[in-house]
Amino acid sequence: MQCDNCGERPAAIHLTQIVDNSVTTAHLCEQCAAEKGVQTGATIAKFPLSGFLASVGQGAAAVLPEAADAGACGSCGATLQDFRETGRLGCAHCYATFETHLRELLRRIHGATHHTGKLYLETAPTTASDTPRLLTELRDRLRRAVEAENFELAAELRDRIRGLE
Amino acid sequence: MTLDFSLLPDGGMSWLDASGPHSDVVLSTRIRLARNLQGKAFTGRAQPDDLESARDQLVAAGRDTTALKDGAVFHVDGMERLDRLLLHERHMISRELAGLERAQPVRHGAALLTCGDLGLMINEEDHVRLQVLRSGFALSQAYTDIEQLDTELGTRIPVAFHPEFGYLTACPTNAGTGLRASVLIHLPGLVLTKEIGRVLQGLAQVGLTFRGLYGEGSEVVGNFFQLSNQTTLGKSEGDLLEHLGTMVRQVVEYEEQARAVLQREAPAVIADKVWRAYGLLRYARSLSFEETMNLLSGVRLGVGLNLIHDVSVYTLNKLLIFTQPAHLAEREGSALSDPELPVSRANHVRRVLESDAARGVSGGDGGPS
Repeated sequence: MQCDNCGERPAAIHLTQIVDNSVTTAHLCEQCAAEKGVQTGATIAKFPLSGFLASVGQGAAAVLPEAADAGACGSCGATLQDFRETGRLGCAHCYATFETHLRELLRRIHGATHHTGKLYLETAPTTASDTPRLLTELRDRLRRAVEAENFELAAELRDRIRGLE
Repeated sequence: MTLDFSLLPDGGMSWLDASGPHSDVVLSTRIRLARNLQGKAFTGRAQPDDLESARDQLVAAGRDTTALKDGAVFHVDGMERLDRLLLHERHMISRELAGLERAQPVRHGAALLTCGDLGLMINEEDHVRLQVLRSGFALSQAYTDIEQLDTELGTRIPVAFHPEFGYLTACPTNAGTGLRASVLIHLPGLVLTKEIGRVLQGLAQVGLTFRGLYGEGSEVVGNFFQLSNQTTLGKSEGDLLEHLGTMVRQVVEYEEQARAVLQREAPAVIADKVWRAYGLLRYARSLSFEETMNLLSGVRLGVGLNLIHDVSVYTLNKLLIFTQPAHLAEREGSALSDPELPVSRANHVRRVLESDAARGVSGGDGGPS
């Protein structure tokens, strides 16, 4: 069966539409269907979201200023231009170097900028305001360690809780 | 070097055993956590020496944990392409770690430390990706295991962490928790009833994404979809997993409804479809990989609908792995480019199905008598 639209390529997509109670079926090739903006299971399946630049698309690029504006990371030398090209940052310090831009980008990607999950206890700064959260996390981990009968870890956690209290 | 899977007690495939909850619809559950070493350039900008020392540090730290103390190390960067593809087909390493793209060859220091369900992919996009793979729908059990490994590993290596942004990753899409949980799910009912597009669009609206059988960038084959969380920052691990879990349960329910509709509205069409798939697999003399995947999907549906009793879900899961190009080539001792692979594939499938049928209950409802 040929495509109803171009009459050249074989029809691959059979689009059934109901308009004002009348049913019409159009037989289209993939190219014409795409041109008409028909999104099929096949097109969805063939182009899965691959990486954030593809999924965030123009939005991400628009947030990032020209490379010259932000300089290079003092630790690894990466620039925003590198990031724009590869979609990857050079090192952890890049997050500090490009903090303002990244905060906006993270907000667009995740809808949030504040990590509320598991804390990394070895390096998380333990200012007074963090202590209650840290204690909650440690007690939670202690409970899980005891449940899992991991007594070595439990003893370690207990000592740290005592140190903070 | 030939890949020695005997290093792994179960060949790294316990997740295929179909023992987990909802295992006829949900094949497996995977969770990974992305972590980086403090003060080191991420792998994309690191020098070969740094990648090697990161690998040595991570292997040593991993071996020092309860879960991985007896783990096997695979030095992916020293492997032939066939062996790297084999590990990838077995879902043990990602496409990136396997270095399968011409534009992105295998990275210096790329390695896998693995034991049972758990493993560390070393020098992937991030210095380390902790991963767990379990049979069926098992998000909370999988997370319990990987969380403990993460906690232990975190006491042995300094991890890049930011008080506001959380765990720092090479790609900002993974920052925060670094957690990506995915459920590999078989949805032939939704595909056949043409509801799948609507369901996938709905999932996108609630912050979930889908990929093909092999994760990021892979195509959907055989009606297998990997559903996973899209965002990683701003929600706790528990909330992310709960949200994914709720949605997966919903999708499983939709799939079951779609199957019920198919059986009610078109029982003869469905029975014909699944038995044709079985017939082709059982008797074909040459099978391409894509065709095999699609036929396995049909047979799997037949087993799920209780129409076909001649084959187990476990066997279907194993066929999914062993009919892939690298697995076949390794079994036959031939090259990946061997034009006879489709013939070998058909031979293998035929033998496996014959032996299952000989052992199993014979003749399903509406089957050939």
